[in-house]
Amino acid sequence: MTDSFEPVLIGFTCNWCSYRAADLAGTARVKYPPNIRLLRLMCSGRLDPTFVLKALTSGADGVLITGCHPGECHYLEQNYKALRRFLLLRRMLTQMGIEPERVRLVWASAAEGVRLAQEITSMVEEIRALGPLNWPQNGSVRQQTEVKEEPV
Amino acid sequence: MTAHNGHSEQERIGVYVCHCGSNIAGTIDVEDVARWAADKLNRRGVVIARDYKFMCSSLGQELIEKDIRELGLTRVVVAACSPHLHEQTFRVACRRAGLNPYLCELVSIREQASWVHTDKKAATEKAKAILSGGVERVIHHQPLEPLHVPIHPATLVVGGGIAGIQAALEIADAGFHVYLVEREPSIGGHMAQFDKTFPTMDCAACILTPRMVSVGTHPNITLLTWSEVVDVQGYVGNFTVTVNKKARYVKEELCTGCGICQEKCPKKVLDETFEAGLGYRKAVYTPFPQAVPKFPVIDRPNCTFFQKGTCRACEKLCPTGAIDFNQQDERLTLQVGNIILATGFDILDARRIAQYGYGRLANVFTSLEFERLSNAAGPTNGQIVLRDGVTQPKTVGIIHCAGSRDRNFNNYCSAICCMQSLKFAHLVRERTGATVYNFYIDIRTTAKAYDEFYQRVLDEGAILIRGRVAEVTDAARLPGEDGKLIIQVEDTLAGKQRRIPVDMVVLSVALEPRHDAKEVAKQFGISCSSDGWIIEKHPKLDPVATMTEGVFVAGCAQGPKDIPTSVAQGAASSARVLARIQQKEIALEPVRASVDESKCSGCRICNGLCPFNAILFHEDRMVTEINPALCQGCGTCVAACPAGAISGTVFSNEQVLAQIEGLLLQPLGALEEPVPV
Repeated sequence: MTDSFEPVLIGFTCNWCSYRAADLAGTARVKYPPNIRLLRLMCSGRLDPTFVLKALTSGADGVLITGCHPGECHYLEQNYKALRRFLLLRRMLTQMGIEPERVRLVWASAAEGVRLAQEITSMVEEIRALGPLNWPQNGSVRQQTEVKEEPV
Repeated sequence: MTAHNGHSEQERIGVYVCHCGSNIAGTIDVEDVARWAADKLNRRGVVIARDYKFMCSSLGQELIEKDIRELGLTRVVVAACSPHLHEQTFRVACRRAGLNPYLCELVSIREQASWVHTDKKAATEKAKAILSGGVERVIHHQPLEPLHVPIHPATLVVGGGIAGIQAALEIADAGFHVYLVEREPSIGGHMAQFDKTFPTMDCAACILTPRMVSVGTHPNITLLTWSEVVDVQGYVGNFTVTVNKKARYVKEELCTGCGICQEKCPKKVLDETFEAGLGYRKAVYTPFPQAVPKFPVIDRPNCTFFQKGTCRACEKLCPTGAIDFNQQDERLTLQVGNIILATGFDILDARRIAQYGYGRLANVFTSLEFERLSNAAGPTNGQIVLRDGVTQPKTVGIIHCAGSRDRNFNNYCSAICCMQSLKFAHLVRERTGATVYNFYIDIRTTAKAYDEFYQRVLDEGAILIRGRVAEVTDAARLPGEDGKLIIQVEDTLAGKQRRIPVDMVVLSVALEPRHDAKEVAKQFGISCSSDGWIIEKHPKLDPVATMTEGVFVAGCAQGPKDIPTSVAQGAASSARVLARIQQKEIALEPVRASVDESKCSGCRICNGLCPFNAILFHEDRMVTEINPALCQGCGTCVAACPAGAISGTVFSNEQVLAQIEGLLLQPLGALEEPVPV
């Protein structure tokens, strides 16, 4: 299983910076693994932590959250709110026994297509090494493999 | 997978997969994606799935329109390029066929799949997942109408430099009222300080002062100098701006601008602003003879009467009795529909570049000081002389990129320094015949007639040395260096270290954002880049708009630029404003948050989250309300509401959650088998 394991990642992007960075990566034909599926929000501040949990419970092995660099938010300062939520969410996930590496926050401006692609590539590799998340579905374990306990 | 099962049975969704020539079809099996959508997604409401060579072509759009009419589609999903390119195209096509444009969703399988992946199978599977996300999402779309906001016909222009002057005149000439607010006693900005302007070497005052006079006399312009904006409330079309009009201690209705007060005032003050510290003014002054308005101001901290209680020379000698020591600051409230920010730049404090010795070595000058030295109306009447005020230099070194293109100061190119330095070289050659060395990294003379000017300066005998100057010192080591300033530089074309003794050094210092640019940006609800320049809405396609509707930017506030570009931006921003005024109202994208009052518990968690002050709390009813015209649609409050009472159109919880499920193929029962990649 682990040999052929291809992780699935959900990536939340901000309409003004990281979604455009993804557009730029495309225009510049920068390559990254196909394991990530991006979703556009207006702002990283729109990211309800529920969305991350929803992705993890719906089959994603990792979630990438992206937003504008601090000080460059198109809505002035909402990415700071995203940062606060991210830190709390990661602590909560750790308490639930989920490796904190499964959720990553990256700042990427509209000019940083290459950087976004690099972050995606490195995160896919990291999650591949961690293995599948195997979030239990409706009380039943989806696959019978043990969730790997990583030291936090 | 809960609420939308019921939904999808009612919806009739059309799916359109674009080949984009070979841009998509070269990597993704588009026919397979369309077949898969028709087959697997039909239980999610997909009634037709087609692929087509170019969906954005008129034939492609007609295909969609025909299906909407004939098959009664209620939702459309187009899998093609980025929505930033063609979302509008397909929304308009839907509207033509009678479908509300917001019931159309464009998902990107080009930028996010075919262009970034090489594995065809994996890219095709990813395209299916992306499409599935779009289908699940579109089920939850709502028909929306743009928000219509009336536009107040008056405009506020902040900053009376050449960009602000241009903007104000364009709007005023078109017949609409402008309030031009300027912090200094006169308009004119940096351009008024210059002597000549490159590349044509017109006299700056000759071309600027007629414009300034037009502003001062225009019936449609209310000129508020010696004034600052202190508060901005409201939103596009309907801003309420509070301006603090500082006391001039001169009654404008009585003052004739005769200048006797300035002549008779006994107090001389070093003029740090207009004369860049090289000249003196009086405690009652206009910064320069052609100032607009002509009324002087009394500089209270330096006025003998205000500090010691005696003097009153100006009051006694004013022929019209216009001096009024009891004048108070005045608060004015202005109603405007649009705002243009043309707040300009500061120059880098050259003392920060310690190795160039400014402030320590007397004959190191900044570019602004040199402008005043060379200005016929300046402190030396246009004589280019050393700090002693009499000696003409025999050799002059001009250092380009002082604090620009330098990681220690500013990474960016200040755009004007090459031409400005060449202009200085020309003026030194013309006025003193001195030997001139220009030290440059690259010569950037890209605009019209700029390179010709560069060639002209070379022909005039300026010596250009390529290399970043390491140090300017007065420590003589070699014969001929005594009493000189020595410029230590690696001449990268000759490939050797050189020490060049000169009499005068001019630093072409970097343009920097105004020291208070961040506070000003916050006041107007816009943002600055990490460098501190105001961020435009789009760096190429929308260079004078900002992210805040109704607030525009022109000139150097947006980044370093020369006079022609500042003028162009001033005119461009006024064109944008005029278009809005002419339309009388503006249609805003309905990406907005709204509160369901029946669910709102009045917890006020959202209240502090909005940087646009769109959230109001009604104390009487203990509920929150969002002003739709102020809301910019970021959705931060939606994410924060613990009661789920706030919903964001276009990006509602239902839409995002459904898209997540769709992207993970969950509605297709993907959980029974591992998610394919």
